[in-house]
Amino acid sequence: MTLTTTSKNVKEVNQVVVRFAGDSGDGMQLTGSRFTAVTSLVPNDTATLPDYPAEIRAPAGTLAGVSSFQLHFSDHDILTPGDKPDVLVAMNPAALKAHLSMVKSGGIILVNSDSFDERSLGKAGYGSNPLDDGTVKPYRVYEIPMTKLTLEACKSVGVKPRDAERSKNFFALGLLSWMYTRPVQPTIDWIEERFASNEMVKEANLRSYKAGYNFGETAEIFEARYEVAPSRFESGTYTNVPGNTALAWGLVVASRLAKMPLFLGSYPITPASDILHELAKLKNFGVRTFQAEDEIAGAGSALGAAYGGCLGVTTTSGPGIDLKAETIGLAAHLELPMVIVDIQRVGPSTGIPTKTEQADLLAVVHGRHGESPVPVVAAMSPGHAFDAAIEACRIAIEYRTPVYLLSDGYVANSSEPWRLPDLDALPAIDPHFLDTPNHVDDQGNASYWPYVRDPDTFARQWAIPGTPGLEHRMGGLEHADGSGNVAYDTLNHEKMTQLRQAKLDAISKSIPLLAVDDPDGLGGAEVLAVSWGSTYPAVLAGVRRTRKRGLKVAMVHLVHLNPFPSNLGEILGRYRKIIVPEINMGQLWTLIRARYLVDAESISKVQGIPFKAAEIESAILDALDKRRVARS
Amino acid sequence: MSDGVATAVSRPDTPASTRKDWVSDQEVRWCPGCGDFTILAAMQTLLAEMGARRESTVFVSGIGCSSRFPYYMNTYGIHSIHGRAPAFATGLAVARPDLDVWVITGDGDALSIGGNHLIHTLRRNVNINIILFNNQIYGLTKGQFSPTSEVGKVTKSTPYGSLDTPFNPVSLALGAEATFVARTHDMDRKHMMEVLRQAYDHRGTSFVEIYQNCNVYNDGAFNDITSKDRRADYLIPLVHGEPIRYGKDGEFGVSRGEDGMLHLVKVADVGEDALLIHDMSLDNPSQAFELSRLARGPHEPTPIGVFRSVDCPEYGYEVARQLAEVEGRKGIGDLSALLRSSGTWVVE
Ligand code: SF4
Repeated sequence: MTLTTTSKNVKEVNQVVVRFAGDSGDGMQLTGSRFTAVTSLVPNDTATLPDYPAEIRAPAGTLAGVSSFQLHFSDHDILTPGDKPDVLVAMNPAALKAHLSMVKSGGIILVNSDSFDERSLGKAGYGSNPLDDGTVKPYRVYEIPMTKLTLEACKSVGVKPRDAERSKNFFALGLLSWMYTRPVQPTIDWIEERFASNEMVKEANLRSYKAGYNFGETAEIFEARYEVAPSRFESGTYTNVPGNTALAWGLVVASRLAKMPLFLGSYPITPASDILHELAKLKNFGVRTFQAEDEIAGAGSALGAAYGGCLGVTTTSGPGIDLKAETIGLAAHLELPMVIVDIQRVGPSTGIPTKTEQADLLAVVHGRHGESPVPVVAAMSPGHAFDAAIEACRIAIEYRTPVYLLSDGYVANSSEPWRLPDLDALPAIDPHFLDTPNHVDDQGNASYWPYVRDPDTFARQWAIPGTPGLEHRMGGLEHADGSGNVAYDTLNHEKMTQLRQAKLDAISKSIPLLAVDDPDGLGGAEVLAVSWGSTYPAVLAGVRRTRKRGLKVAMVHLVHLNPFPSNLGEILGRYRKIIVPEINMGQLWTLIRARYLVDAESISKVQGIPFKAAEIESAILDALDKRRVARS
Repeated sequence: MSDGVATAVSRPDTPASTRKDWVSDQEVRWCPGCGDFTILAAMQTLLAEMGARRESTVFVSGIGCSSRFPYYMNTYGIHSIHGRAPAFATGLAVARPDLDVWVITGDGDALSIGGNHLIHTLRRNVNINIILFNNQIYGLTKGQFSPTSEVGKVTKSTPYGSLDTPFNPVSLALGAEATFVARTHDMDRKHMMEVLRQAYDHRGTSFVEIYQNCNVYNDGAFNDITSKDRRADYLIPLVHGEPIRYGKDGEFGVSRGEDGMLHLVKVADVGEDALLIHDMSLDNPSQAFELSRLARGPHEPTPIGVFRSVDCPEYGYEVARQLAEVEGRKGIGDLSALLRSSGTWVVE
């Protein structure tokens, strides 16, 4: 079987948003990520949004069981996974029902018509067949018997029909690959490698993929194929990386940069577990992964390893940080380095584990008893999770402090083309382990005092077990600066509290000054949009849209949430109108209002999904209109 | 490079130390007469005798009276969080197999707030020595009942008597299949040191319960076992390879009855040959568990000594072995290759 391409009309388009939707058993995540991989090879710029239910196998055919994967690809620089799909692939009635309303009017819908039987329609809650009753009238609908065509293609392979049917996602992938003139060979190679251990499954998938492709070519129902020209990328080597993988790699690289073996103490939790999975594979990088009995032991073991001179890391999501809080307080008090990765998800309590939110910010900044300052760094995109991980480790090691690294379900699971960094150009991280005494007592004996500090950074001199002559005791009781001896005197406590805060504040000296993106120069725009974490792409896309309308809009993005970059206050002070869009009820907004006394406005969304560019656009328009009203 | 820390530790030959070398400069702040003092002295003496190295010794504790212990040892030490010492120590021991890691804990710390970490550490068999000071009371919080207090204990939090059934720490440890389980008490320094010595030598997690008198909130809790006049009738010494017998003249013993259960017997009634020979090396922990069930509390004849000592794979060693094995198979990890592992494309 060969794949021929004919002269069927090829139309050039600049960008496309495709959403694959089906039952959780239909392999939509695999289909979507495969389509993304070949699209990256064009190369087009891509941004993805996977979305799946929390249950491993929610009841088949129901709305609750629908899993989807959205991909935005283009011939130019794009930021978000796209607001509304141009194309919806619906593998069953539930998928159609769940996603139809989001499709652009006049958009393309490809349905697996074989699955629109009475039973499936009923499960999806359709009283009548939406394909016949006018429901899909505003769209260009292609009804394709994907199940039947897949079974036919696999007939001679020898697989049971039930197994053959499972290849129908490859049929859909083949068809889409034809429609959007995607490269074919990489997927064929990939199927051959991925399913090498099972000849029959491999053959079934290959044939279904090709059958889908050929269906597009031969069926006389599609009037055109589409082409999206290569996007202009900066030169370099690229890969497509999901946020959790990039974050795991960043930790490994930081461990090499610091020459400190990586120790991960972790308890499985969605959506953070993939970091544990990735690191567990990397034993030949000297990475020790410890699947602990609970979240507390995940943090405790990481801190124990850190005490021993390793790069101690613990990973979790929302509920896990509540349990780890006491250990983080101890780390802050002992002044030991440690990185706590929080992949935020919808809360409170168990919430919606597979949906994204940014609502842990106040918890990580303030959510411990006592005054326990902890630095916070947030990843803004899948690729940036790599840089953010290294930055969190740098701060932790150099300042001997626990550091929170925030990501979220969106950054963790989505992916983007990522230009590989020049590893040799990354600066080393120096733990400066002490191996000689730093104190002489009254009798002239040399000893080690654990809380002797650098006068600029306030970082303490750090000796690890195994160093002869530097034996010392530390603990969670308040201690004297310098000697570290238990000290209950209250003025000492005030001094220590101030010192721990001063150390946190000093970190801002090591953070680059914040650059504001304002085409009219600092303070020139009428409104400043402030983003943090994963709101970055949508806020930037929204800002660009409003600029196209001729509006003066500035933007600033925060990677460091505690301490803030030292010029943030000055930047905020230059704008009369400030908006802070967040996937929470206004947490960064609260922090900057409290800190800088600025009259910022919160743009809040808590629907478990990222902002759309259009939402930011309209928030900016609203903000400017309000200002005009106020002036008149 | 990956294992820089573990190999950087130098262990020069230092002359044998004395107890004084192991005493820190901190003033010991337990109540006068507290059993903790004896344990501290025994530990300091033992480590000097064993030729242990101060720089490679780490004491980790949680919260409670006993958990102040690390401050008094002239070694590396961490006074951590209530109940969490085994978790902290596990990370340290796995990351640094070159260290001798001790956990000092109490009945509340280990068995109440930290119960989960304790059993999981025991089942993994991490190379840690866990020393549980059992005084059957909460001392630091000024006298509430603990998870080892007897039913009916009248305390400030249980003015009408406690209702909870206590844990038997030795049974609990054996239930978790701990590879070294022993019990000793604070009035017999020689026995205590011998048990601690064996715990120190054991590869894997060693669990030692020490009956410790809290003379302020639970004075005399172990008097039956520790006092000179009653000891003979209440303390059943466990000696590996020897018949289990007790009493002033060895007139009592432990024997397996026709019902298949262990019983306390008069040697005269059953004959010497019917006495159970203690075997701490049995792979199956059932007999050790049975021994731990002989007494429902320290007011009945109670076995003291090493219940179980078996050789099993040690967790930290296994972790290191797996690392070396994968490295042998795949070579030292190449970061640049890792970043390219899911396919790349080049833009000119
Ligand atoms: S309260 Fe009891 S256990 Fe605590 S130090 Fe005093 S005597 Fe010892």
